[in-house]
Amino acid sequence: MLLYVARRLLYSIPIIIGVTLIVFSLVHIAPGDPISALLPNEATAEMVDQARKDFGLDKPLVVQYAIWLGNAAVGNLGKSIASGRPVSEELTAAVGNTFILAISAGTLACVLGFILGMVAGLWRDRALDHAVSLFTISGVSLPHYWLAILLVIVFSVNLSWLPPLGMGPDTSNGWRPDWAHLQHLILPTIATAAIPMAVIARTMRAAMIEVLDQDFVTTLRAKGLLPKRVLWHVVRNALPTTLAVMGLQIGNMLGGSVLVETVFAWPGTGFLLASAIFQRDLPLLQGTMLVLAMFFVILNLAVDLIQSWTDPRIRRT
Amino acid sequence: MKSRRYPTFLAGLVFTAMAIVPAAAQGTLRVAMTLADIPLMDGAPDQGTEGVRFSGYTVYDALISYDLSRADQAAVLRPSLATEWKPVDGDPLRWVFKLRQGVKFHDGSAFNADAVIFSLDRGFTKEHPAYDAAIERQLKAYMPSVKSWKKLDDFTVEITTTTPDSLFPYQMTRLFVASPTQWEKLGRDWNAFRSNPSGTGPWMLETLVPRQRAELVPNKDYWDKSRVPKLDRLILLPVPEVSARTAAILSGRVDWAEVPSPDTVERLKEAGIRLSTNSMPHMWPYTLSELPDSPFADIRVRKALNYAVDREGLVKVLNGLAVPSVGNVTPDHPWFGKPTFEVKYDPAEARRLLAEAGYSKDKPLKVKAAISTSGSGQMYPLIMNEFIQENFREVGVELELVVFEWEALRARRRAGAQGEENKGITMLNNSWTATDPYSGLLRFLSPSEIPPAGTNWGNINDPELTSLSEQIRAEFDPKKQDDLLAKLHQRHVDMANFIWVVHDVGALALSPKVKGHVHARSPFVDFSPIYMQ
Repeated sequence: MLLYVARRLLYSIPIIIGVTLIVFSLVHIAPGDPISALLPNEATAEMVDQARKDFGLDKPLVVQYAIWLGNAAVGNLGKSIASGRPVSEELTAAVGNTFILAISAGTLACVLGFILGMVAGLWRDRALDHAVSLFTISGVSLPHYWLAILLVIVFSVNLSWLPPLGMGPDTSNGWRPDWAHLQHLILPTIATAAIPMAVIARTMRAAMIEVLDQDFVTTLRAKGLLPKRVLWHVVRNALPTTLAVMGLQIGNMLGGSVLVETVFAWPGTGFLLASAIFQRDLPLLQGTMLVLAMFFVILNLAVDLIQSWTDPRIRRT
Repeated sequence: MKSRRYPTFLAGLVFTAMAIVPAAAQGTLRVAMTLADIPLMDGAPDQGTEGVRFSGYTVYDALISYDLSRADQAAVLRPSLATEWKPVDGDPLRWVFKLRQGVKFHDGSAFNADAVIFSLDRGFTKEHPAYDAAIERQLKAYMPSVKSWKKLDDFTVEITTTTPDSLFPYQMTRLFVASPTQWEKLGRDWNAFRSNPSGTGPWMLETLVPRQRAELVPNKDYWDKSRVPKLDRLILLPVPEVSARTAAILSGRVDWAEVPSPDTVERLKEAGIRLSTNSMPHMWPYTLSELPDSPFADIRVRKALNYAVDREGLVKVLNGLAVPSVGNVTPDHPWFGKPTFEVKYDPAEARRLLAEAGYSKDKPLKVKAAISTSGSGQMYPLIMNEFIQENFREVGVELELVVFEWEALRARRRAGAQGEENKGITMLNNSWTATDPYSGLLRFLSPSEIPPAGTNWGNINDPELTSLSEQIRAEFDPKKQDDLLAKLHQRHVDMANFIWVVHDVGALALSPKVKGHVHARSPFVDFSPIYMQ
């Protein structure tokens, strides 16, 4: 097992370097100049050159990448070009905020997706299955952004039940698990959870159906095992596939949804990423992408480990 | 073309009922800004004019400021931390500023000449311990004429300019004075200062949560007693998404939303939200390439396309969130002059001029315009450009829109029409603020302003415009300067250097509870007289 973990950790190093290389290239290929974004319209050519030098953007790209990677390796992600604040400071706040949303939405998506998928799989081709399928197809098809706006219109504007934006009341200093803050979490949670919930439910349903058709289930039933014991075996066999999908979906959520966070002005990594892109804030953009990529790698590793724990066949391969 | 071609999801709101939640506290104004972050609070705000609006004139005072107390006339300069300013007799390079006495910073220390010198040193003197590159970037851009400075006594400073420049006082509207005592107290750390700023302005920063919220409270000891804020608290929230700002004002989550979308105007009005507008020192034109290989080198083509634009129709599409523009400034402005070329919608005249210039159905005029998807002050570029594309088609002109993301468009702008990357592009759609003679006129019209030096994107090189620009800079009598500016603008319109389309109206969506707001003809706002009812 330890060897397996060590091997997976080793694999993640080239993945992270590859991601940083792609991110670095992409932000430099994109049209628009970070210095232009930083300086007022009235800035002279001399000021543009000076600023380019100040941020080391006058050096060849390879050198810039090497410097950035070297600093990132020792935990120094640099300073935001726009705000002057350390990228790590910006990220700490944003990651914390996205975590709150991701945990809440992830829990909702996994629990609801798991239950719906299981129910649909057990009652295949029955009315309940069709109802769940309709619900999940809608979930997959609705764009986050549209759903978010719709939720705001109905629950904030028309019914005045829930606040439309922000993480807490006007004078809130930091998130707390009280009603004043929780009510700000409800709509973003639903908007963020909709698609992952539907994907998880559909995966779980497919996996359940596949397992239910296998011979060993018939054997278990023939041996007179109690239905709930049979269900336990079925679920356990359907779980690895669903877990992998859950991992990816939660990874997506940890990345923060740019659109959902923007609609709700939720100051997480998605919101941070959007403003970094629009301001061409290279250090902030690169730092955020690096951290998000690392989340994905770590999460995938965690999912693999859980899978190998639930399904010993994976460990053997 | 009708506005319903551009529905958003919020348009559906027309069919729904709504209720407004009561404001959280009497006397608290909550503002939804279009920005994604709170502008820097160090007295050198970033993020353009919106940054200055919320982090500049609130916490700080500049040496000179704008009179924002009138809605019916252009905002003019007025004394602020400087009570008087004038160039030294016989030496127009040296300006003497008399400073206001008895003013205190928010930290209790006294404002004096040393604070002004400190505020200049921090941006212009690399060897000074208070020098900061981010501050330099803002200061230098807005104060290009500053060469040197010295203290004459505790309440008098002298600033020397690089060239004789009668427009220099406008540059001093951006010299916000920060407290040297506070900077020392915070361990000479500008990042710490940005969270605990100290200026002399009518508002004091109480809480700053980056990217989430800034809370400002009144400076009860403000030196101008008529401008002590009436509100208990001013909360600034970054809400870059327009539908989120609309929902926020409709649900009562904020009391003030910047730049509502045109297609929500009816819905907002139905809900009792007040739409405040005024003619802004802002223009939304096409800047034209006048290089020899451009069709716009021919004045007949420039005039024809000015005749082709249906400005009234466009304003209708925008639900009234614009006013037609017939020059860089509005006709009631002292700098408008008396142009002989009347900018108006006259497609028949447009066709006649185009035919005269040699264009026909068989040989139509084809032009390419660089436009943005959105951006600071750009209004609604896609809707507006598509409307004008239709207008041009009606007179036989094929307009190809080359769409750029905002920062990419700014890069194209910096390259000038002559730039290799702009080959084939002869129109640039970039809107501009025009708060002073330089930003509104001079920067577009002299060969010395051709990029990368300035913003004469189209390479306008007209001897009369150049000569007038030089005369304006050398004229220190305000009345005579206004006359020259009127002549310059008149010539600019007669030469049809731009295709003028509309002026922005600085639309704000305000809760009916917001009282005392004066919508000045300026991108800046005085929050002092505002109160909640």
